[in-house]
Amino acid sequence: MQTEIKKAGSGVLRGAGKLVDALRTGDFRTRLSFLIMGFGLFTRRQFARGFLLLLCQIAFLLYFAFAGLSNLSRLTTLGSVASKEVYDEALGIFVYKYFDNSLLILLYSVLTILFALVFVYLWYKGVLAARAAQAVEESGKRLKSAKEDLRALLDEEYHKTLLALPVLGLTVFTVLPILFMVLIAFTNFDVAHKPPKELFTWVGWENFKALLSGTAIAGGSKFAHTFKEVLLWNIVWAVSATLSNYFLGMLLAIAINKKGIRFKKFWRSVFVTTIAVPQFVSLMLLSKMLADTGVVNRLLLGAGLLSKAIPFLSDGNLARVTVILVNLWVGVPYTVLICTGILMNIPADLYEAARIDGAGPIVAYFKITLPYMLHITTPYLISQFIANFNNFNVIFLLTGGDPLVLDYAFAGRTDLLITWLYKLTFNESNYKIAAVISIFVFLVVGTVSLIVYNLTNAVKNEEEFG
Amino acid sequence: MNRQKGKGRYGNTAVYTLLVLLSAFWVFPFLYLVMQSFRGEPGVTTDYFFPKVWTVRNYVELWTDTQFFNFRKWYLNTLLVSLAVAVIQSAVVLSTSYALSRLRFKMRRPLMNLILLLGMFPGFMSMTAVYFVLKELALTQSLVGLVIVYTAGSAMQYYISKGFFDTLPKSLDEAARIDGANRHTVFFKIILPLAKPIIVYTVLVAFTMPWGEYMYSSLLMLGNSDKFNVALGLQQMITRENSYRYFTRFCAGAVCVSLPNAILFFLLQRYYVEGVTGGAVK
Repeated sequence: MQTEIKKAGSGVLRGAGKLVDALRTGDFRTRLSFLIMGFGLFTRRQFARGFLLLLCQIAFLLYFAFAGLSNLSRLTTLGSVASKEVYDEALGIFVYKYFDNSLLILLYSVLTILFALVFVYLWYKGVLAARAAQAVEESGKRLKSAKEDLRALLDEEYHKTLLALPVLGLTVFTVLPILFMVLIAFTNFDVAHKPPKELFTWVGWENFKALLSGTAIAGGSKFAHTFKEVLLWNIVWAVSATLSNYFLGMLLAIAINKKGIRFKKFWRSVFVTTIAVPQFVSLMLLSKMLADTGVVNRLLLGAGLLSKAIPFLSDGNLARVTVILVNLWVGVPYTVLICTGILMNIPADLYEAARIDGAGPIVAYFKITLPYMLHITTPYLISQFIANFNNFNVIFLLTGGDPLVLDYAFAGRTDLLITWLYKLTFNESNYKIAAVISIFVFLVVGTVSLIVYNLTNAVKNEEEFG
Repeated sequence: MNRQKGKGRYGNTAVYTLLVLLSAFWVFPFLYLVMQSFRGEPGVTTDYFFPKVWTVRNYVELWTDTQFFNFRKWYLNTLLVSLAVAVIQSAVVLSTSYALSRLRFKMRRPLMNLILLLGMFPGFMSMTAVYFVLKELALTQSLVGLVIVYTAGSAMQYYISKGFFDTLPKSLDEAARIDGANRHTVFFKIILPLAKPIIVYTVLVAFTMPWGEYMYSSLLMLGNSDKFNVALGLQQMITRENSYRYFTRFCAGAVCVSLPNAILFFLLQRYYVEGVTGGAVK
């Protein structure tokens, strides 16, 4: 991380150096490009690029003047008057009117900052392009025409064409929202401060303190306790869900692959059916089947195997076991698919050699199969851990986080952080705490992935194929 | 030798027992679902597995009785959305992964690191903000908005297809470039035709996703049952108030939703397996 920052810092310095250089050695057209973007280009007959830059500049300045500046200037307070009654001259009565909307102020401020960054980058590129155009002209060569520029977009600049749309989508619907939510964690945006009727404002680290050390906060005082409990269960869940899935899936794959077992394709298809059916269908169905009066209990009771219904989903501890088991049911088929392919790749002579040396199947498994599988599938295991850590579907559709716990703040025994923050957002409008929880989820997931990535060097090996 | 053989047979019996037992576990819920969808008796649960009164009324009413539950509309909504998502998401994923795999440019590493970082935030932490962005664009309560939400982050799913592109030999590109093809032509005429398995995989994953998506559609379509997708709609049938009357209809609906997915899946299973396996080991 530190090297990245250092690299970025030296990059900025180098960029600034280039700008100074352009200012020093540029002619008046290059110098004017500092003020009027594209000037050095369209005065050198590079009309398309030059006017496009100018258009960007005008668009940005207009946006900044009419929307950006007014929002940015209120960013420090997030607005002063939310709504009040004003006298309407035409109607002759007092009407209720909305003024500052903290939410929109924050959203547009973030947007303005993003725009400004893009603008500065374009400006920088534009100045350098003007300087380069000057150099080409001085050397007596011909400048590229618009047609050649377009053709470059299909060749040496092809990545720009391919990535323009994906990066735009990512920026508007992922980067912007994440920045926005990180900022929300430092405000008091909740049900009592909900725009457009009310304003919300900055509160510093208050929400973090409430979640970590249990200081009192509007919306309840149980957050710290709930957070600790839910986080603990979340970790237990993620680890056990990932490992149980992995090992049962591998066992099944080995069983199907075993020499002498017939109808391999049939067995595989049976388990793979689960993947073909949308998860929400199977989960909603299972939640009904496993209810206290659900079919599983009624069949078992009817057959006289039970005297009392098993509270699969209504008893706190049993519900936790049940969700892990159901997750097995949902997830194992994927593992079977993946493991089958990999198991077939293990060289058969390894086993042959082991057998000659007198190793039984169990020793062979621990000495050959398991190390090989772990080596190959570590990236898969990480992504499974992350997916399980944030496994919304299984919990939400199966138990909805229930059974509820009285000394939890709006959470139940099986709630994960992700379903808890969904409830806080949806039912309680407690956006501030939801935002803080999101940041903690990021920290946990980020730390785990970083450690594992560093251990396995999975990222470094990527270039080997290049 | 003899002992060895006997042991093998004994082991196989154990394996068969295991497979049969587990298969029963896996298939039981689906068998139950199909049984219930043909059940004539009302109620959520019966004390027996096979229905006493067999009927197709659940299916008929599912598609014709639109007074409370407009399943036809929900089905059409989901189909439209998933078709759009299949096209857009595949285009985004394939072009991102191709660019990151075979092209070399300055922002390549930073972009990959950024995507890795963004992936560590819980997916719908951004839910609230996305909602407000869409509201500003007047796209809430609209299927277009839903398609945008589903596809906007598609670039983050580049890993599997990039892994595939990485394995194609570089000499393919070089040979074509010597013949005067530009990178665009190489992508469309050389690489994509070779990438059929991964294209099928990408389209399949994109197409099936909207059929089971619950979170974003509930956020965007809040209260507007005309715009529901099947997941959201079917859930209405098994709420506490409705489940007694409509549980069997829910089962019929679930079968109708699963069927196209299951058929597609079985037809294209080979590609799916290749994609998942390749993605796991890269």
